[in-house]
Amino acid sequence: MTLTPNQRAWRRFRRNRPALLGAAFLLCLATLVLVWPWVTPYGFAQTSEARFEPPGLHHWFGTDVHGRDLLSRVIFGARVSLLVGFVGAGVAVLIGVTWGAVAGYVGGLLDHLAMRVVDVLYSLPSIIFVIVLLTTLERTVRVFLSGTLHLPAAAVGQARLLFLFAGLGAISWLNMARIVRGQVLSLRSRTFVDASHALGAGPVRILLRHLLPNIYGIVIVYATLTIPAIILYESFLSYLGLGIQPPMASWGSLIADGAAQLNPIRVYWWLILFPAAMLVTTLLALNFVGDGLRDAFDPRGREE
Amino acid sequence: MGHYLTRRLAGLVPLLLVISLASFLLVRMAPGGPFDKERAPASPEIRRAIEAKYHLDEPRWRQYLRYLGVLPEPDGRGGWRLCDGGVLKGDLGPSFKYRNHTVNDVLAQGLPVSMTLGGLAFLFALGTGIPLGLYTAARRGEWADHLGGFVAILAFCIPGLVVGPVLVMLFAVELHWLPAALWESPAHAILPTIALGLYFAGRISRLMREGMTEVMREGFMTTAKAKGLGERSVLLRHGLRLAILPVVSYCGPLLADLLTGSFVVESIFRIPGIGVFLVNAALSNDYPMLVGLTLVYACLLVVLNLLVDVVYSLLDPRVKFA
Repeated sequence: MTLTPNQRAWRRFRRNRPALLGAAFLLCLATLVLVWPWVTPYGFAQTSEARFEPPGLHHWFGTDVHGRDLLSRVIFGARVSLLVGFVGAGVAVLIGVTWGAVAGYVGGLLDHLAMRVVDVLYSLPSIIFVIVLLTTLERTVRVFLSGTLHLPAAAVGQARLLFLFAGLGAISWLNMARIVRGQVLSLRSRTFVDASHALGAGPVRILLRHLLPNIYGIVIVYATLTIPAIILYESFLSYLGLGIQPPMASWGSLIADGAAQLNPIRVYWWLILFPAAMLVTTLLALNFVGDGLRDAFDPRGREE
Repeated sequence: MGHYLTRRLAGLVPLLLVISLASFLLVRMAPGGPFDKERAPASPEIRRAIEAKYHLDEPRWRQYLRYLGVLPEPDGRGGWRLCDGGVLKGDLGPSFKYRNHTVNDVLAQGLPVSMTLGGLAFLFALGTGIPLGLYTAARRGEWADHLGGFVAILAFCIPGLVVGPVLVMLFAVELHWLPAALWESPAHAILPTIALGLYFAGRISRLMREGMTEVMREGFMTTAKAKGLGERSVLLRHGLRLAILPVVSYCGPLLADLLTGSFVVESIFRIPGIGVFLVNAALSNDYPMLVGLTLVYACLLVVLNLLVDVVYSLLDPRVKFA
């Protein structure tokens, strides 16, 4: 029986146990994040008298310095971290695929220039640029939102999240652009492209209908591997206090809160261990899924 | 080779100029000056005086030229001369937040610390990642390979901001074996080095394994084995030089991530490096500090990347300097 490349990829992916486990974990986590607000008795920002309570029956993950339920905060952190990871990767895919596809398809001087830009950006300290971008652009937009549009303060606070999406996506598209360009470059000279050109298809149609559908496998693979990188960046920034602002939380800021409570007298281990474990498990799952997809879509892969 | 280096170095000049202009404009686009949080309420006169002192009242292009140090000024005798200071003369200007310090002072104080931490973590990552990668490649398919591979993946899924606090909790707070923070003796460097380097060790070990697995399929490896050389000698003497190439080309992004990743580790261990200054500069709109640090790190990175390229071509006989 002959299989289409997609069927073959799915078949291989299904045999990859770590990748399946990872995917299952991510699905469970996403479901949990979605239903949590209806299940939990505690809000993520709801304070109480029970400060620094160790994990127990009432608070499974314990409570923090303000008596907030850590489990609720960790799951809210999951929402922020996953959102930033997926949307950021989406932004990276959008920029990277457009950039690489146009450069590879048009070729010539434009290709040369576009790839030099990628080279330059590649050699820059990206996280510093994100910090500069976040702090400067965020202030611009804050003034614009509250001053010109008269939005309430809460909505302005959410703007930070948007900037994390955009900023982190904007530094993570370089690999994608390089890979897509290479693929488009090699597909461009194939006969089916000539054929559709001869039939009168314009460049946009050729790109969208004939070239991009041929490379989506590799795009999916690299998008999956971009997500953990962006989640990591976000947790870096939030740890430094430059990312998510309180009372919102992400895994990075939760670990930072826990680390701030480290002292020689009493150890509040749960404040660090639970968010850290969630972060590590999620990164592991994403990497397993990414590796699994890469092996599944690899044309050199063995037929079993 | 000399020709190649000169050309690459010459190419860096416009690149760094573009970076300086971009970061300069970006930082100044933000509303709110660096002196907004001053002991309010400062009178408009005082404000104007401060702005005049730092030339913030001038048009942007004049500020930028002044920042570079190439703005012509009347010298008072009817002629013209270049303004004082400027990046091109190695002066990154005053810090707006740390009033008694220049950006150069901060760099002189913090950069050696950050670079030492980065260098140690780099050595740690290479020193553990390469042997692990080689070992798993040699034991390909056996359980040692699977175990080593899992350890490597685990290592790059545990970022420094997790390793750091956990190590502190374990080795400093619970066991009292090592100091929890600060940067004073060699013992202080152990935990930060591991926290920073572990991630990269994982990456390197995977790359090393992939590189070695590819090379083991090459004909010359079979030849070497057929000559009767031992496995260790075949791997290290014949294979390593080519197999390490993926690791070398990863060193570019690795160094970038090491330099910036150290900010988090510095913040965990209260290490007086560059990180704290960068974060504070971003929070307080300290223009010269932000632009200066961006520039210095960009310089560092492009030079390190150049070095990586040179090492790469020295190792791979197939690469010619074009």
